[in-house]
Amino acid sequence: MTRFLIRRTLQALVVLLLVTVIVFALLHALPGGPARAILGPRASLPQIEQFNHDQGFDQPLPVQYLSYLWHLLGGDLGQSYRLNQPVLDLLAQRIPKTLVLTCSATLLAVAVAVPLGVLQAVRRGRFTDHLLTGLSFLAYATPAFFLGLVLIILFAQTWPLLPAEAPQSAGLGGVFAGFGGLLLPICTLAAGMIAAFSRYLRSSVLDNLTEDYVRTARSKGQSERRVLVRHVLRNALIPVVTLLGMYLPALFGGTVVVESLFNYPGTGLLFWSAAQSSDFPVLLGVTLVVAAATVLGSLLADLVYALLDPRIRTVR
Amino acid sequence: MIAREQIARSFVRNRLAVAGLVVLLLLAAFSWLGPLLWPTDQVHTDLAAATLPPGSPGHPLGTTDLGYDLLGRLMVGGRSSLEVGVAAGLLATLVGTAYGAVSGYFGGWVDAVMMRVTDAVLAIPALFLLIVVAAMVTPSKPLLVLVIGAVAWLSPARLVRGEALSLRSREYVQAMRVMGGGSVRAVLRHIVPNTIGTVAVNATFQIADAILYVAYLSFLGLSVPPPATDWGTMLSGGLTYAQDGYWWLIVPPGVAIVLVVGAFNFIGDGLRDAFEVRLQRRPA
Repeated sequence: MTRFLIRRTLQALVVLLLVTVIVFALLHALPGGPARAILGPRASLPQIEQFNHDQGFDQPLPVQYLSYLWHLLGGDLGQSYRLNQPVLDLLAQRIPKTLVLTCSATLLAVAVAVPLGVLQAVRRGRFTDHLLTGLSFLAYATPAFFLGLVLIILFAQTWPLLPAEAPQSAGLGGVFAGFGGLLLPICTLAAGMIAAFSRYLRSSVLDNLTEDYVRTARSKGQSERRVLVRHVLRNALIPVVTLLGMYLPALFGGTVVVESLFNYPGTGLLFWSAAQSSDFPVLLGVTLVVAAATVLGSLLADLVYALLDPRIRTVR
Repeated sequence: MIAREQIARSFVRNRLAVAGLVVLLLLAAFSWLGPLLWPTDQVHTDLAAATLPPGSPGHPLGTTDLGYDLLGRLMVGGRSSLEVGVAAGLLATLVGTAYGAVSGYFGGWVDAVMMRVTDAVLAIPALFLLIVVAAMVTPSKPLLVLVIGAVAWLSPARLVRGEALSLRSREYVQAMRVMGGGSVRAVLRHIVPNTIGTVAVNATFQIADAILYVAYLSFLGLSVPPPATDWGTMLSGGLTYAQDGYWWLIVPPGVAIVLVVGAFNFIGDGLRDAFEVRLQRRPA
């Protein structure tokens, strides 16, 4: 177990380092360099040289990369060009809000997808199974912003039950006070996850139903419900941990769309407005933090998996 | 030949997959043959005829906010969506297959390095990469294909790598190596052709995803410049008006996207089942 833990952690560190290389390369792949993007097409050559000198962009690339890395280790993600604030401060304000959104959506998705997946597996080949399969394909094929808009038109305009805009307050207290405004964004974000998770759980339960231990449990005279809940579901849920880890990038990608549709001031909206105004330090800072969260998330998922399923430790 | 027949037969028996294929053919005919039967001006705006509701004379689906005939625009937009989606999906499949085959075939530290690189790119949400890259350049059709292809090759790469790892130790590959065959020959003639099932299935999903990516990018304001359009651009362009009751600006392109993405997914599912049937029937 310890060896597996060390190996997997080292791998995650290497991946994190590669992520910084990619992000650094992106920053320097800008046509005309960042100076052109910031100062605009009319900036004179001396102005650009001055900017490059101030930002340290006139030094050799490896030196720049090392200094970038050094700043990162000190928690310095750079300064926003447009908002003139440290990127780290901006992120500190926004991350908790995005966490509220993503965690709620994940909880909702798991809570809905687990019963749905089990139901489909138990009723496989029958009407319920076909109906739910059709629905999850539909949910998968619908762009999130289209679904979100349909939800807004239905539940905020036709039947004005919920607000069309997410809570705007700066603090988390206000966000929870206006939680009603988060319901539509949460549902929009959860729809795709529900489709993916329930499909996965359906086949996972089906695979487990043919295992020997199920036959043993049945032959001992246990009720079908007990077999399903105590034996099959427990085993079928283990891979869901990995699935959660794998789904993180898609989840963060979804926040960009959902937060800009519902105007929720989280990291997704920060990222989107930075893209609109070529605010590259913010774009790359958010990318780096999200990527780091993904790497850590999948590391955590693997470790939890190893704890739940001892076989994985010895196989490696 | 028998294997191929088996795949075809099992695919045809899957009703959802056949339905997907029919829907796809209809949408393609609509996009390419439609304008021959229903010629419209999709270049010049006509503000006098803007936002006419469906059923207006001469405009069965109504007109857009700039006065384009919506039915005709759906046809033109479908062409872009399908072209970009298919091209990007195929590009991703091609790159990913080559990458995965090489990584899996060589194994060892080559594999370790190549897979850590995919891990790193995979850790960055595809939408983030797409937005950063699209913010740097002005999008055009070939560029969208390139950009989407550049982030989508990861999943075929990992799938093919997994198969290549097990294929490289098979006897026929070993035998070929003993007879003096080189690595290039092993990868091209033995590894890649044997992963074709996985690759074909994945390619259909890649195309579906690529069409969705195009839609997301246009929602975020990064799409082909007007007067060119695609279903995603039409859908997101209509968003501003949809809340004022102009539902026909978003429903037709929205339905078109759902149909085409759903169709590709059904086809992919059917293909996967068909290939699995073949694998099960093959004597071990």
